[in-house]
Amino acid sequence: MDRLSSRAPSSTPWAAFLAIAAIVAGLAALFAWTAGWLTPQRLTTARMTNAIEGTLAQPFPGFRRAHAKGVCVAGYFEGNEAAAALSKARVLAPGRTPLLGRMSIGGGSPYGPDAQARVRSMALLLRGDDGQEWRMAMNSFPFFSVASIEAFHAQTLASAPDPATGKPDPARMAAFAAAHPESAKFGAWAKSAPWSDSFANTDYNGIHAFRFSDATGGSRMLRWSMVAQTPFVELTMVQREDAEADYLIDELQARLAKGPLRWNMRATVAGPGDNSADPSTPWPRDREQIVLGTVVIERAEAQATGACRDLNFDPTIVPPGVALSDDPILAARAAVYAQSFDRRQRELALGRGDAAQTGAKPPATKDAP
Amino acid sequence: MSATEHFNGLARALHWSMAVLVIAMLFVGVGMVASLTLRPMLLDLHRPLGIAILLLAMVRIINRLLTTTPALPADLPTWQVAGARASHWLLYALLLAMPLVGWAMVSAAGNPVVLWPGFTLPAIAAHDPTIYTVLRNTHTWLARVLFATVLLHLAAALFHAWVRRDGVFSAMARGPSGTQPHANAATDSGSTDA
Repeated sequence: MDRLSSRAPSSTPWAAFLAIAAIVAGLAALFAWTAGWLTPQRLTTARMTNAIEGTLAQPFPGFRRAHAKGVCVAGYFEGNEAAAALSKARVLAPGRTPLLGRMSIGGGSPYGPDAQARVRSMALLLRGDDGQEWRMAMNSFPFFSVASIEAFHAQTLASAPDPATGKPDPARMAAFAAAHPESAKFGAWAKSAPWSDSFANTDYNGIHAFRFSDATGGSRMLRWSMVAQTPFVELTMVQREDAEADYLIDELQARLAKGPLRWNMRATVAGPGDNSADPSTPWPRDREQIVLGTVVIERAEAQATGACRDLNFDPTIVPPGVALSDDPILAARAAVYAQSFDRRQRELALGRGDAAQTGAKPPATKDAP
Repeated sequence: MSATEHFNGLARALHWSMAVLVIAMLFVGVGMVASLTLRPMLLDLHRPLGIAILLLAMVRIINRLLTTTPALPADLPTWQVAGARASHWLLYALLLAMPLVGWAMVSAAGNPVVLWPGFTLPAIAAHDPTIYTVLRNTHTWLARVLFATVLLHLAAALFHAWVRRDGVFSAMARGPSGTQPHANAATDSGSTDA
């Protein structure tokens, strides 16, 4: 024993008991603080996910909390020499890499009308011949609405439906827009960008910056987009209102019955002064662009029974040769996707997510056309 | 008192390095679930640290089974002796179970078990929502039990060091280097009071 033990025991051990209690309580408090239990105002992953759930008029157990409606797809990715020179990721090497994916529409309802969704998405999972995975989550908007998670949380809260009307409260939306003028750019895109008539002729943007590193130790920061090879055809407002609820999914299936669909993976390399941490600001149009390969979709399958249902398309799962940037929205996406995945898998495990597993339609909400 | 006064050098080195690793892991784990910004960075730490703890725990248990450990003081109340035994084996069990449950849980989610860029462990559980959910909840609850057991262990260790002053703390805190159990405490700094 140390020197303490050679001293005569003090008349009362209360000081020692107090010190022990303080150390144990201090550690327990630090643990609770780290978990967010002592700070109800701190924006944790669970609270952000709760806010996203709050934008729905009703819960849809077993489904993704965002982009709940979609379809599983499969095909392959074909890299090229230019891509191999930019990153040592095996997926980008010349040759085919099989892929799994999911095409979806924005929003938390699995029954939303496809044609009226402003946002469409493509998510991919690629496994290189070295066994290393790359998951991507891309959107039809060209940049994110805001640059910080606090602003995204405020925007999510503002867009929650008012219990009285079932619709977002215009006053709260206006207050958010006034407090976050940077979000006006996204609003302008949503209002003015033309709508295409298919998942196939929509471009999907990676939004976040990633660092690509090549075999010789060089590295470059870049963003990428999947640019449709299928020619653009507009979907007019009248067509959008007349379209069937599953218009985009049915239309995709019909196209795939005739042959595969292709997108060019196009990288935009960051120039001097381009901010990798701000997904709300597009980089200048004159930046170097490099086509890295081709995404080829060959098949589609209902998400209720497809391979994409129990996958989390977490865009922070990257192979060697690709690294994350310092974009806080990218990190937050990983956190919220994981939380959403935990919740929906739990609902499936507890048997509360039947519709997510059978693809059953909601009872008596769909009028005959 | 047993002839063995101290845990052997390997046991002590494993104990103190794992103490740091396990406490760091508990905070990394709870922090990465709560944080919207730190998850990718903490996850990169969490997985290799967890596998390191699994390997160290295996070495530690083998070492424990192969060597003599210091006896507890003869005057220690029976319930404290029973508590010490039970909590030590509970700690060993948790140090093995937590990394294995975590590894299986990531497998059941269909996610790659990446230890560091380019090195991925094979899946050890089927990709399935029910298996995932059971393992995910188990990982959380075992972490809480582990943290509580670590706190209890720390409190008991400090109780021996500061209140009873019976040599139990120094059996792990000091002693000669090497892996041989040390049988003679005479050269030690006075841990003869037990």
